[in-house]
Formats: sequence, structure tokens, C-alpha cells
Amino acid sequence: MRKYVPKDNVQKKAYYTDRFHVVPRVPREKVIDTHFEATVFNLGDYVKDSYIEIGQLVVHIDASENFAVLKILKEQCGYTQCSEQSAVDYLAKDGEFELFWQMLNVNEAKRVRVVCRLKEGLAIESVEPLFKSANFAEREMFDMFGIKVNNHPFLKRILMPDDWEGHPLLKTYPLFGDEFASWYEVDKIFGKEYRDIIGPENRDPGKIDIEDTKRFSRVGYEVPFGTEYNADEEVDIAYSETALVNYNKKTSKQLDERR
Amino acid sequence: MQVPNKLTPFFENLNFERDDNTMVINFGPQHPSAHGQLRLVLELDGEQVVKAYPDIGYLHRGIEKMAENMTYNEFLPTTDRLDYIASTSNNYAYALAVEKLLDIEAPRRAQAIRTMLLELNRIISHLFFIATHALDVGAMSVFLYAFREREFAMDLMEDYCGARLTHSAVRIGGVPLDLPANWLENLAAFCDKVDYEVEHTYEALLTENRIWKMRLEDVGVISAEDALNWGCTGPMLRGSGVKWDIRKEEPYELYSELDFDIPVSDRCDSYGRYRLYMEEMKQSTRILRQLIPLYKETEPQLMAHAPQYISAPKEEIMTQNYALMQHFVLVTQGMRPPRGEVYVPTESPKGELGFYIKSEGDPYAYRLKCRAPSFFHTGLLQKLLVGTYLADVVTIIGTTNIVFGEVDR
Repeated sequence: MRKYVPKDNVQKKAYYTDRFHVVPRVPREKVIDTHFEATVFNLGDYVKDSYIEIGQLVVHIDASENFAVLKILKEQCGYTQCSEQSAVDYLAKDGEFELFWQMLNVNEAKRVRVVCRLKEGLAIESVEPLFKSANFAEREMFDMFGIKVNNHPFLKRILMPDDWEGHPLLKTYPLFGDEFASWYEVDKIFGKEYRDIIGPENRDPGKIDIEDTKRFSRVGYEVPFGTEYNADEEVDIAYSETALVNYNKKTSKQLDERR
Repeated sequence: MQVPNKLTPFFENLNFERDDNTMVINFGPQHPSAHGQLRLVLELDGEQVVKAYPDIGYLHRGIEKMAENMTYNEFLPTTDRLDYIASTSNNYAYALAVEKLLDIEAPRRAQAIRTMLLELNRIISHLFFIATHALDVGAMSVFLYAFREREFAMDLMEDYCGARLTHSAVRIGGVPLDLPANWLENLAAFCDKVDYEVEHTYEALLTENRIWKMRLEDVGVISAEDALNWGCTGPMLRGSGVKWDIRKEEPYELYSELDFDIPVSDRCDSYGRYRLYMEEMKQSTRILRQLIPLYKETEPQLMAHAPQYISAPKEEIMTQNYALMQHFVLVTQGMRPPRGEVYVPTESPKGELGFYIKSEGDPYAYRLKCRAPSFFHTGLLQKLLVGTYLADVVTIIGTTNIVFGEVDR
């Protein structure tokens, strides 16, 4: 039977985990009697959950209320900068994204992270009217995760090319790219029919092609540039570290077995 | 629309038949003043910019994706490639974020070395800024002088870690090496050199220079409100009169014990920012001088003692069985931090460099987001360039001090 490989999360996994390993959690502290109390009080019923994790306030809200919450934070609590906003892919586990906005209050040196969960396929309201920095950040989020943003003035891919397929930071997207990614340049420049002629991209920087006399030379058996490779020709070298080794043929049995 | 034929070929950049007589031009990605791979699509009315659209992504390597597929220690050298002008700042920001997640603290000697390296990198980055900025504006000699001093700073980095650009000079939990012999003497000499050159070369050449002032004064003006709104940090924010430096406000390492000033300019223009960079270099040498005696008072321990996460020193690994076993597990499997999330900001030479790490308890980060200052400064170009003249575009790109390793990641 073929080995089962999960399709919903193709990122690298630990090859060994102790059966009795219990993952501890970073301690979460209560907000009461800290200098974040006023912020949580101002947000009122919008707050679903709030705690302090590693010195910063974390506020969980409803995905539909993100604009209202950030407006209160900006206008009433003095959080005048949105340092960062992005998403975390929890589609495999919960079928949702976790979105976060990292807010900064310059006058009081306080940081708040506003967190919400967004179901797959739903769109989030843009906070660009409040914080212009969200312009680029939301475009990057759309590019990397495919999360649509309502009322964004120019929602377009930002890092990947406009005609790209797929969203690279999803857990379903492999690290080395999918089929589309590996043929992107060939398809775009030459056309799909040239895939066979050009062949797949070589991603091994150490690959040696013994038949290629244009880019490689064999020590002790140098031939003119571009000469056709002839395997029958004898190599009469008494001793060489490299010339007598066929790099393309796997000779080590032990190595093969281990693979 | 254009109807291309043999006599009138297709012009990609030009739009001839428009009522308002504007012209669309491509600035970059191969333009030498575009600081790497920035493509700016500018809509011009005469020589005035009507609309600017920064197109980025030419250096996108998927560093955040790589972080999800590498153990925490494996990823550290990759952070060199973010802001490749001052790589130790990136190494440090990442290492600090992981340390906060693990709740460990580097020993005092490591802290002193790290602070020195950070400030040295700030000087390297600022020297690079003044060199390229002056070159863009047309002052060739400043470029040559600034690169001379930058070379000395890179020699110091090379003495310490062996690399000139991709340092990886910081580890999670401390630093790998102690300072080599004579390094502190060289550093003190370098500080004197920088102080002298800043005052007698760069400032003497530029500050009162008529051409320099004409090209920089009232160019790239951004108000404090806009700077906050567009996510500006670092010198871009301080150049607009907001006194915000993470080294002072949310101090890390030894910054709380050091005596230094935060220069602020309320000119809001490129000239004010240039003065700020000069002043920051002087403050950096002031910090470095204070660090030399602080370093000498410290104990020789370099890495934090946290056997669950960090390998023991080499002597222990080679002599003690249990230390070797733990080292083996940490190397083959990687450390497993607790479940949780952390966002740690640091003041890199360009601005606020922060790492958001979401850990699910695996040896691989579940999500890593790098908050790069240059990314938001590039976004600001959409606003900053509108209404300026084409000749000032180069000045404004120079004054934002963007590095594309960090914009595209």
C-alpha cells in the first residue's frame, strides 16, 4: 500500500515525537490591574477574550467587527499605528484563518494584538481608511493566503506575479512549488507545448552531466567544446580522483538501501 | 489605444492617446537608483508625478514559507538575507523573538557583545545610506569616503564572525564566540575614526553644501500624522518629529543601562532625515564607547543555560554523556518551544523590525511573519511621490532607505 501523506498540510513535520510529550503553553496573564485595563474597558462588548501574553495584550474579536474595533483603538485608545497585519492558516485543523492586527500606541508605548477567526471563503473588511499601512499589508495577505478584503482600493497581488495561480503561504502549498510554479517560466515564455523539449528545471546545483561537454570537462580527458560524448572511448589514466568516477551512476549500494 | 504595425511599433511604456496628456513611465527594476529591484510605475504630467505605483516582488524568495519548513536554529542564517546591509540586526531580532518565546535570557557578556554588534551594524547601514543617497543625488566623493569607513567596520565584523555581509553572528540564547584579541582596541579606534569622519568629511561636505540643500530641503515632506498612519518607523518617523525609538521605549539587551540621546527632527523633509542619520551615527559611537568597559566587567559565559532548548558548551558536549545526548536530540530534531505566539519589535537601522512567531509546540514554527520596516516605507511611496518632480523621485527613494531583501522577503 502507498504511504499515506496528508494533503491538507504538506509542510515539514517532526520525524519523531515522544508519545508522552506534552506541549506546554506560554503563560497567559489576566488583564485586570494592568495598564491595558482601560483598552479592554473601552472596547466593551467587542472583546470575546483578552489576556496578556509575553508583555502584549491580545484581544479576540468577531471577524465582522474588525473595523469598529480598530476604529475605537485608534480614536479612543490612542493606538495610532498598525504595525503589522497578516493571517495564520488553520484550514486543516479548523477550516478557518486566524487574522491578527498588531497595534502600537506611540505615546504610552503599549502594544495590542487584535485577533479574529475567519471562515474559509469569507472576506474581511479593509481597515485601509483608518490605517494606510494596511494598504500593502492587506494586499500581501491576499497574495499569500487568498483572503479577500472588502473595500480595499487596489486589491491585487503584490509579491507574486499577477498571473500566478495558488497562494504560497497556505499549508496546502508545497515548499518547492506546485505543478504550475515549476512550469511557470516555460509556459509563459515558450508555451505549454515546449515542456517536453525544455524539460523540468534542474534544482540540484551540484548536478554533473557527464555527457555535457559544453559545460563540464573531465579531468584528464578533455575534448573540444561541444564534442559529442562517446562512452566507448577508453580513458587511459593511471590514477585520478575524478576522471574514473561516473557521477551519474549510483555505485554505492549501501546508500541506495538507506534511501 | 495603440495600433502597432511595422512603422509604429508597440511602446509598452508610452500612452500616446490620452486627453489629459499624461505619460506613464517605468522606473526600474533595473534603474541604478532604484536600490535593488524596485519597479515604480509613474504617471507624469509634464515633469510632475501624478500617480505612483510601486511594484515589488522581484526579490521574493519565500523566506516566511522557508521558516515554516526549517527548525528554529536552521532558519537563523536565512535571516541574514532580509536586510543584507546590516544582517546582525535581523539575526538578533529573530533570536530575541525565539528567546522571548522560550523565556530565556542571554548571559550578560553575550548581551554586551550583541549590543556592540547591533550598534556596529547601525553604523554600517547608516554609512551605506549616506554613501548611496549622496551618490543618487550626485555627490560622488561622499560615496567613496563613506565606503572607506564602512570597509573598516566590515573588517571588524569579519574579525568577529568571519563574514562581511551575511554575519549570522548571533545565536538563539547568546552568541557563538567571544571577542577576539585586540578587537576592543580596534573598535575604540574605529569609533574615533567615525566621529572624526562624520564631522570633518560627510557633514563638512554636505550639510552646508548649496546643491545638497537645494536637492534635499522640502523634498519628500511627510507629516507626523501621515508617518504614523502609513506605518513609518525608525528615522522616517523621527524625521517627522515623533520621538519614538524602541531602544529607549521598550529597551532590550543593555540599552536601558546606556546613556544616549534619540535625535528627532521636525523638518519632516529629506534634509532633516539626513541630519538625523548623521546624529545617530555619533550616538552609536557613544554607545559603543560605553560598552567597552561594560564588556570587561562581565563573566565569560556566552550561551544561556537552558538544556531543554540550547546545547551545552562544546567542552561539556565532548566530556559529558548527557550533554552529548541532548545536543544530539537538539541537532537532529530541533528545539520544541512551548505553544504560544509572540511579537517582538526591535529597532533595526531602518526602523521597527519585528518577528511574529506562532508556535504549536513543533520543532518548526507554525507561522513566522517578519515585519520589515522597508516594506511599509515602500508603500509610503504611493503617497510621498505624488506632486513631486521626476528629478526628486531619486532623492525620495534614497531618503526612505529601503532594502529589497527585506521588502520582498
